[in-house]
Amino acid sequence: MALRIERQENVPLIGLIAAPVVALVFTLIVGAVMFVALGQDPLRAFGIYFIDPLLDPWTLQELVVKACPLMLIGIGLAFCYRANRWNIGAEGQYVAGAVFGSWLALATNGTDAGPWVLPAMLVLGVIGGALWGLIPAFLRVRFGSSEILTSLMLVYVAQLGLDYLVRGPWKDPQGFNFPQSVTFDDVAIMPLLMEEGRMHAGILIALVVVAGATFVLGRTLVGFSIELGGSAPRAAAFAGFDERRVTYGVFAVSGGLAGLAGIVEVAGTIGQIQPSISPGYGFTAIIAAMLGRLHPVGILISSLVLALTYIGGEAAQITMRMPFDVTRVFQGTLLIAILAADVLVRYRIRRVEGTSHA
Amino acid sequence: MLDAAILGAVLASIVAAATTLLLAALGELVAERAGTLNLSVEGMMIIGAAVGYAAAYGTGSLIVGTLAAVLAGTLLSLVFAGLAIWLAANQVAAGLATTILGLGLAGLIGAPFVGTTLEAAPALNIPYLSDLPLIGRVVFGQDAFAYASFVLLALVAYTLSRTRIGLVLRAVGESHVAAHALGHPVRKIRTLAVMFGGACAGLAGAQLSLAYTPFWASDMTAGRGWIALALVVFSAWKPLWLLAGAYLFGAVSILQLHVQGFGLGIPSQVLSALPYLATIAALVAISALKRGQGAPASLGVPFVPDR
Repeated sequence: MALRIERQENVPLIGLIAAPVVALVFTLIVGAVMFVALGQDPLRAFGIYFIDPLLDPWTLQELVVKACPLMLIGIGLAFCYRANRWNIGAEGQYVAGAVFGSWLALATNGTDAGPWVLPAMLVLGVIGGALWGLIPAFLRVRFGSSEILTSLMLVYVAQLGLDYLVRGPWKDPQGFNFPQSVTFDDVAIMPLLMEEGRMHAGILIALVVVAGATFVLGRTLVGFSIELGGSAPRAAAFAGFDERRVTYGVFAVSGGLAGLAGIVEVAGTIGQIQPSISPGYGFTAIIAAMLGRLHPVGILISSLVLALTYIGGEAAQITMRMPFDVTRVFQGTLLIAILAADVLVRYRIRRVEGTSHA
Repeated sequence: MLDAAILGAVLASIVAAATTLLLAALGELVAERAGTLNLSVEGMMIIGAAVGYAAAYGTGSLIVGTLAAVLAGTLLSLVFAGLAIWLAANQVAAGLATTILGLGLAGLIGAPFVGTTLEAAPALNIPYLSDLPLIGRVVFGQDAFAYASFVLLALVAYTLSRTRIGLVLRAVGESHVAAHALGHPVRKIRTLAVMFGGACAGLAGAQLSLAYTPFWASDMTAGRGWIALALVVFSAWKPLWLLAGAYLFGAVSILQLHVQGFGLGIPSQVLSALPYLATIAALVAISALKRGQGAPASLGVPFVPDR
């Protein structure tokens, strides 16, 4: 007796929605086992990790603050993944965007520059991220190099570049030798949406991107050519879509959005540039994209779910002295579960009698 | 400025750096020759480093630590195999998921050991040969991991090219449909190849935390798993080229450290970026020279029988 997987032609919509929910439940079960293994009462741990943050207005704002970069990066990645291009280096594009945008903030620091500074920083952030993302695209189109590995290597290069800047030329002279820049002027800081808390205008930008991407991917020829190029490259070629242009396009979009996320985070949440500006947003956004089924609205929801693992992880770190890696275990398990659940939706597993080859 | 003792020490540290890469890349080469692109090398390596360190610290035995690391790498590779081979999930996504899980689990396991140190795995001098000037220490005065990497390399090279098992494994990687038609259990063979890859990556992790830098730090792999993946491409899926590649990259990563020591006025971050830039350059050079055509034909394509 063996198991056989058969592809189902028409996947019911309910299945597509149920799969992420099943994956979440599975992740929670694994999480309970992990908490017990760490010697914690799983119910108390779940309360601190997943429930308490949702009951406090301050942490609710934090949830939005953390979901914002995930949304921006994840939607960009959806463009790439729909076109079957594997950009794994969003973390590096995020850093590049933060660096490009911060340059203007530091160049205009203390000069009484006008309110044009922040918008210009955001544009520079997009340009920086897009340029960094176009490197693996160029290497793939021109030389056929694996974009998976080159985009990833560029993450380390970007992080080292950031490290050099904040420890060298960009270091605050009055900063007691801490590796960080001066605090940005008010014109270079994202405005807050509420008096209390840290929720800034970045979320409005993210919502605009969600709406724009939903339209482009779902309703335009560009979206269609991306989709077709990813799922049926030969058909796309016959239809006259240029594969190279799609590659450059999706990498520019995903790099640009990652760069935007980087500068929004620096100008919105941190207020200065420092060696570490991301708790792995670029990698977590890969999960956000998958869990959200490469759909902008889905990514909006999944980003909030994943932001909760960051907030809960921080809470558990403080109240239960648990290592922050609990968050990564949750995120990894969630991605594994969503991949498995996808198969169970798209394929039927049947028991087959008497087959010898498994 | 460079006397024989310093040169010997530099060469010995190049061997240590290259051993990590060689072990991890060798396992991945076998998995890829069987047609499976396993992007979780970094994750399997870091879990090996964490579990190996924890077990060695707890038992006081480097051998127990090493075995535990190999086991941990193998177990994590089964997560990938279950997803990518048995559920036919996208291999890139499955590999990334496994890496993220591995990084998290390694952090949890290693957390109690931050700040501790171990006695590093000792050098095993081969009698008489290790007394040779210069070359003696470098080649015959290494720790067990370096010797293991040479033995594994010879074993893999021989098995792949000269034995029936190797032939079947390559057939599965070139055309899983044909291999399946001939009655070979494609998914079982791929699972075994991925498990071998996991064991090797776990061993590489143990080499990192028990010999190369005998302490635990949560980011101690620093992308070496990804460089190992690039090395497999660089080698055009041939074991002997892998040896050359691993030592080339070992040399780059050690020499940048020594150049930093001389203080030539080059920012240290530029030098630290060299191994990653060299990896990109190598990938581009290989693709430009069309050597990448050595890739197994069904690499990365999931096998679903009787589709």
